Amino acid sequence: MADTDGTTDPMVPRLARIARRRRDGPQVWTLEIEAEDSAGAGFAPGQFNMLTAFGVGEVPISLSGDPAEPDRLVHTIRAVGPVSTALTRLGPGETVGLRGPFGVGWPMAELAGHDVLIVAGGLGLAPLRPVLYRLLAERARYGKVVLLYGTRSPQEILFRRQIESWRRRLDIDIEVTVDHALGDWHGHVGVVTTLIPRASFDPAHTIALVCGPEVMMRFAIAALRDAGLPDTALFLSMERNMKCAVGLCGHCQIGPVFACRDGPVFRFDRLRNVLAVKEI
Amino acid sequence: METSGTVVITLEGLESLIGLLKRRGYRVIGPTVRDQAIIYDEIAALAELPRGWTDEQQGGLYRLVPRDDDAVFGYAVGPHSWKKFLHPPTELLWTAERTEKGLRVTPAPLPDERFAFIGVRGCDLHAIAIQDRVLTHGGKIDPHYRARREALFIVAVNCAVAGATCFCVSMQTGPKATGAYDLALTELGREEDHRFVVEAGSEAGRVVLAELPHRAATEKDIAEAEAVVSATAANMGRSMRSDDLHELLLRNLNHPRWDEVAARCLTCGNCTMVCPTCFCTTVEDATDLAGHRISRSQRWDSCFTMDFSFIHGGSVRASPRSRYRQWMTHKLATWQDQFGTMGCVGCGRCITWCPVGIDITEEVAAIRDSEQH
Repeated sequence: MADTDGTTDPMVPRLARIARRRRDGPQVWTLEIEAEDSAGAGFAPGQFNMLTAFGVGEVPISLSGDPAEPDRLVHTIRAVGPVSTALTRLGPGETVGLRGPFGVGWPMAELAGHDVLIVAGGLGLAPLRPVLYRLLAERARYGKVVLLYGTRSPQEILFRRQIESWRRRLDIDIEVTVDHALGDWHGHVGVVTTLIPRASFDPAHTIALVCGPEVMMRFAIAALRDAGLPDTALFLSMERNMKCAVGLCGHCQIGPVFACRDGPVFRFDRLRNVLAVKEI
Repeated sequence: METSGTVVITLEGLESLIGLLKRRGYRVIGPTVRDQAIIYDEIAALAELPRGWTDEQQGGLYRLVPRDDDAVFGYAVGPHSWKKFLHPPTELLWTAERTEKGLRVTPAPLPDERFAFIGVRGCDLHAIAIQDRVLTHGGKIDPHYRARREALFIVAVNCAVAGATCFCVSMQTGPKATGAYDLALTELGREEDHRFVVEAGSEAGRVVLAELPHRAATEKDIAEAEAVVSATAANMGRSMRSDDLHELLLRNLNHPRWDEVAARCLTCGNCTMVCPTCFCTTVEDATDLAGHRISRSQRWDSCFTMDFSFIHGGSVRASPRSRYRQWMTHKLATWQDQFGTMGCVGCGRCITWCPVGIDITEEVAAIRDSEQH
């Protein structure tokens, strides 16, 4: 990045254009954007960008696309606040501000040779999709690959067609559960943590990647520890208020670490003590 | 003429220093009396300094009191710190304009103002060094801060008065100014033979000093100056054991004392505003009505607000207990993990300017004395 020498202000966004926009669930849209001034510098699965809706504000959004296509910056956004709502209303050709990519992503190098257990809740699947693209593209490098995905209702299953096509592959186990459903749903009902004891993986050689609401991650971590995974094999992606994304604004502190700079992905043992404390 | 070693200047010398720095293009900032407090603002002459005034401070109390001598620096510290100039309360980051050709973003120009600070105390000198680490020594830097910081000329003052809420000795930041200053003054005499012992701490300081009317310091001058600092060190209003704070606080994150202090804390954020090291900021976007002209500004933020930790669904730190704990444990413990320094310099401002008089030294002592193993 040009700003490592300090001559460029890390707070100033580049311009990017919406290339594609698709609805991915109630209030959820996936935006593909292209930077105007430069080719994509690439990103690591688990990293995020700061996206500006000009005149409204800026929010951190994880990259949800294929890391093998660095020019296509894909973000899956739920319209929950003024900025995310404004972003999801932008159409093809419209301009957004772009800073990033930022942060430390998933431990891709460490995954080689291991069983990989991915536990995602709700929109937490978005920052894990780049991992799935990578794992499936280099499938032979990994042991078992298991995706356990929980969401509120069948209508809210993210990337549904893609999940269905991945499910047809024999080299990945995918289980989806919903909190509540009508009679036309034939899958699991219940929280995602209930899938963990039933999943097939070798706890001695598994790395688990967890992303979802914080309460879901707490229960998932407990279930994974019960299943025999050591804390050093558990990784989670933390969400915090962020204004700068470069460790200068102070907002995203979790005890001794900054989620933007030291995370958002952390090995669980690094956060174990602070996450044991409420409202840290 | 090059000056080496310690020298003595008079009040007229101090007046010359202000004029000389102005002629060299500096915006000279110094202590001055306004709104019944000693604050920092642009000054043009010696007469604007708080000569003959001191401050009386306690938890939640600050009063200006006339002195019975003519001391220029005969007070402790007021509500302002130097961060208001180096890391200002609001800072424009960029503007954007929407035209038929599209949107154009223009970064805010880097500041070209050169500040000269007069009267920087040891605690505040350390506070500046701490903000240097936070804002310019990480992976990414704040270029606005750096531009102002690199142009800065610092005239430090060794403290002759210890405020009742001061504890710089505990934090090893004062009362003698240590660290990166250009000149350091110790005020002597105050009534008869009113003079300042001056040490240069940089080449820029030596060059400026050489242009001021001065004489070499005698052994008596130097001994008197040392006695001033020793007397101040012996009169600290507060103290706080600081060697074990990291472990002490991090093993007491669920101590009942946090509930007790939260019952008094108004979560007003005054402590974060007056703190010379608190650096947190948020950003604010503004547009004209048509949305054609857009700007983003950075402004001071406080971890005492609900907004600070807000993510969809609510604030991470919703209770006053958790917000006070965040502020204090950050300042005294996790700051060390993040930046390799303490986040507190012992200036006592957070105690004085807390409307209910919450005292960080008392809170630490309470936790230490009632630790539950």
